[in-house]
Amino acid sequence: MNFTILQFPGSNCDQDAVHVLRNVFGHSARLLWHKEHSLGDADAVIVPGGFSYGDYLRTGAIARFSPVMQAVQQFAANGGLVLGICNGFQILCEAGLLPGALIRNRDLQFHCEHIFLKTATTDSPFTNNIPSGRLLKLPIAHGEGCYFADAETLAKLKANHQILWQYCDVSGNLTDTANPNGSLLNIAGICNDRRNVAGLMPHPERASEPLLGSDDGKLVFESIFATLQNKIIAQAA
Amino acid sequence: MKAKIIITPKKAVVDPQGKTVQSALAQMGYTGIGAVHVGKYLEVELTGADKETARQQLDAACHKFLSNPIIEDYKLEIE
Repeated sequence: MNFTILQFPGSNCDQDAVHVLRNVFGHSARLLWHKEHSLGDADAVIVPGGFSYGDYLRTGAIARFSPVMQAVQQFAANGGLVLGICNGFQILCEAGLLPGALIRNRDLQFHCEHIFLKTATTDSPFTNNIPSGRLLKLPIAHGEGCYFADAETLAKLKANHQILWQYCDVSGNLTDTANPNGSLLNIAGICNDRRNVAGLMPHPERASEPLLGSDDGKLVFESIFATLQNKIIAQAA
Repeated sequence: MKAKIIITPKKAVVDPQGKTVQSALAQMGYTGIGAVHVGKYLEVELTGADKETARQQLDAACHKFLSNPIIEDYKLEIE
């Protein structure tokens, strides 16, 4: 499978994503500079974490207008899988590929710590391989990870099962204390209504090797692989 | 010509910076302060001559890029 990882000026988690996909999982993974107009033959696109354009103006606000994002919009419109991680999530929201916005953490602190995620639905290409009831221990590293959307949007997200992951405590409870940034409904990650584009603030690419303190992140990637595998089988039939 | 743009967080959005500044003002002894909202101010120097064209252009830019309508309001003045 071919993964394309975008690279903007200021991205810093692109290499980690390439490493995991290539070295941990053995798939083909390549970096694509933001000025490129074509995604090539990508099966899925990763929009990585970092500080694209220094978070100037608003995080992700400038990156969303990079030339490569037009190709990503087209890819998503054609049903291609797109996963935004941290700054990638912010870029996808600014680009309108995901609803809502990420704002400054409510305590104004940059949070660099491990959190627990409850998977709200396994009905998505990004969560279908996560065993029911299994919490994910993933690291976060962000200053602007507070998810915001108006009441109408939140109601739609809930009704459509577009909330994929929520911050929880070690026992799986969605408490306020377990919410590191003030995100509404403890939302850590969502998908679009078509379910082919997703974003999350925590870093699965930093939790795919036990050496880094958790390899729960593998379950997110394995969900994507399973989905792509089914697509390949369906197309061959 | 110069465009002056003020961008503020929408009322529905939690503004921890505003609240922090408000607390600090109170702690410093300033009274009669109800609320503080922290926003952004942009100055855009314009080279054209037509005020109306400039306003329309910048209004579009404000809506599309300079502000995020999901979380921010903006006020645009051209002088």
